Amino acid sequence: MTASTASPMTKKGHRRSTTARQNLFGWLFVGPFGIIFLALLVLPIGFALYLSLFQKSLIGGTRFVLFGNYAKAFTDPSFLDGVWFVISFSLVLIPLQMAVSLAIALILDILITRFARFSRLMIFMPYAIPTVIGALMWGFLYSDNFGPLAELFGIFGAQAPDFLSRSLIFWGLLNIVTWQWAGYYMIILYAALQGIDPTLYEAARIDGASQWQIVLRIKIPLLTPALLLILVFALIGTLQFFNEPKILQQLAAGAIPDDFTPNMYAYQQAFSLANQNYGAAISFALGAVVFVCVYIFLFATRKRGSFLS
Amino acid sequence: MVSTTLLYNVVDQSEIETSTRRLGVLLPRSRTDEEVQQPKGTPVKTRRVFAVVTALAFAGALVACSGGGGGGDNNGGGGGDSASNCENEIKNPDAPVVTLWAWYPNSELVVDNFNEANDDVQVCWTNVGAGGEAYDKFQTAISAGSGAPDVMMVEADRIATFQAQGALVDLKDLGYEDVKDNFSEGAWKDVSVGDGIYGAPIDGGPMGMIYRTDIFEEYGITPPTTWEEFEATAQKVKDAGGPWFASFAANQPAYVTALFYGNGAEPFEYDPANEGEIGINLNSPEIKEVLEYWSGLVEKDLVGTEDQFTPEYIAGVINGNYATYLSAAWAPGYLQGAGVGEGADAGVWATAPMPQWDPNNPIAINWGGSAFSVSSQASNPELAAKVAFGVYADQASLDDGWQNQIIFPLNVNVLDSDEFLNYEVPFFSGQQANKEVYVPAANAYKGMTYTPLGQYYYSALTKQIAAINDGQITGSEAADALQEDVVSYAEEQGFTVN
Repeated sequence: MTASTASPMTKKGHRRSTTARQNLFGWLFVGPFGIIFLALLVLPIGFALYLSLFQKSLIGGTRFVLFGNYAKAFTDPSFLDGVWFVISFSLVLIPLQMAVSLAIALILDILITRFARFSRLMIFMPYAIPTVIGALMWGFLYSDNFGPLAELFGIFGAQAPDFLSRSLIFWGLLNIVTWQWAGYYMIILYAALQGIDPTLYEAARIDGASQWQIVLRIKIPLLTPALLLILVFALIGTLQFFNEPKILQQLAAGAIPDDFTPNMYAYQQAFSLANQNYGAAISFALGAVVFVCVYIFLFATRKRGSFLS
Repeated sequence: MVSTTLLYNVVDQSEIETSTRRLGVLLPRSRTDEEVQQPKGTPVKTRRVFAVVTALAFAGALVACSGGGGGGDNNGGGGGDSASNCENEIKNPDAPVVTLWAWYPNSELVVDNFNEANDDVQVCWTNVGAGGEAYDKFQTAISAGSGAPDVMMVEADRIATFQAQGALVDLKDLGYEDVKDNFSEGAWKDVSVGDGIYGAPIDGGPMGMIYRTDIFEEYGITPPTTWEEFEATAQKVKDAGGPWFASFAANQPAYVTALFYGNGAEPFEYDPANEGEIGINLNSPEIKEVLEYWSGLVEKDLVGTEDQFTPEYIAGVINGNYATYLSAAWAPGYLQGAGVGEGADAGVWATAPMPQWDPNNPIAINWGGSAFSVSSQASNPELAAKVAFGVYADQASLDDGWQNQIIFPLNVNVLDSDEFLNYEVPFFSGQQANKEVYVPAANAYKGMTYTPLGQYYYSALTKQIAAINDGQITGSEAADALQEDVVSYAEEQGFTVN
């Protein structure tokens, strides 16, 4: 960053002061970011870590317990059930999401009509809609009274499934998240596909490869780093699941209890039950779970060569 | 934005540029080096000045941001709101200001009435959201130690929770004696914790059975007076192909708690004077009976199980999906606000007393109702108490409140007035609902015992109702699970459970 600013100033004798000045400018540029980074990220995290070492109860006040809150979190059924929920949700969501976005990206990569461009935009669109609005919208679409589902199923004389009920909320949320994120992942994959050297396809065709073989043998292998990246993002995002269930809770409090996901549980502890300490501990415990999950995953795929190494 | 930065990790820079160019509108174009570089010939000095100015501008913006959040406190009120943040107009700028958070639909009128009548103190009112939203903000301000208003609108069932954290001021010596006779014993009990008075009662929620005359006529039924009759009537309507009779909603634990009290249950015993002791009887025979009864209704598909107060539910109410709506006196105001009673369902509503378990020994129950509490962050508690007791206490404000069914007032001067008793409520097609249903219920109401566990208890009860509605457990099992859940929370919070 600083190089272009001062590179013409290389007269002998001025070198030392130039370097100092360069440093000064460097710091000036980094300063704004650094202040925000420290004030809004490092400091709060440090404070949360500090908070999580204390235990607060309504009777008896606050006392230092070191890792007591963490021991409690990892034996707390509310937290563990929440973790289990987000993990099982990830196990279904991520493959589905990747399959959908990969399929669309591959199709759009082959098509070069105007329709393809339009579709690309439309498929990406849900990502541009704020999560809150997306969740509210789906809440209405699932509605028995306002939504199209009841009518659609009514044509066949069937009862529409209630995606906001306890038994189907999993699939209701799955649909919302896939709808919202598949387009975004599709764009990442599509961009990576555009980066593949077309001469490879040409060579393959000359060698007699079919379209399918090109997809399976060239495109997908070359997309592996992008796919792994998506996977890690999706994994981290899903383990921290909060927005969609929190919004839908307004419509389906019975199906989405306060401890539905670990993040919602942390929110409940900190903001409804006035137990910031335990809330902070849950957040860090969740952080540990995310770290372990991502580490396991990266370890399992370490040979594929990737973006993080 | 995020996507471009992330992409750098996947493919190398040149690839990105080709792809982003092809992507066109979808991604912000990443700038090439030529674009970033200054035009040739620009003196180095200019560039450096440019850099410094930019950096300073950034720093300035940062300072501005952090300054904005703090909020000036120049008004003698302890709150984070300066006088300029008021939603109302201060009539007398020289008087000390007391900050107030409230979400009554007619708050502005009420505050204006107060400010006009008082020279020595002015109210600065802010609406920070209704119910849970406001409590979360208040709770955060309490935990943070600053930012709470001087006076806060609080529902009776939250008072004990805030009181236990030392967030509320005892009003016993701050004007309680002067207004003591204006409210019933039950009204005072609801805002008391032990011997302390932690709120000025404003409105209550005596319950009745709101029903649809059109559905009742169609199936030739009359309002049931006991729960036994209630079930028989519901069955009759269902057998004739009619709608659900009521609803059992997981998101309304306060409503279900009121139903517990209707069977003479005493879910909690709590007196802060006995430091750390609490009685929890959530699996008592009375509560089991209530939950068994409702789980039976759910199993027989006689009542709906949707969450209440959602657009979905309101649509169902207008649609005639429910023959009755067991609710409080404030319900008509709420329902009309949501559009009920305006279209095809206009003029079909009436109300009757709640069904009873033992008609010889009727029990009146209450759902909701609010008070004004003084927060412990108030810099001048006496002045704040004056506001708490004075705002929404004048005739004009109360009249506006009850005539529009925004509140069911607890002030006995209103409750006993002929005008109030004989009022022909338009929503109920001119039925004298106050005289027939709500005033008797309010007068007979004995109050409930609220505890600092209230928040957790509601959340736990919601889970159990959801499980009942899902057909997973019986009412009796739900009561046992609820008891276990709440007791373990209480112990964890340091209480001795009796």
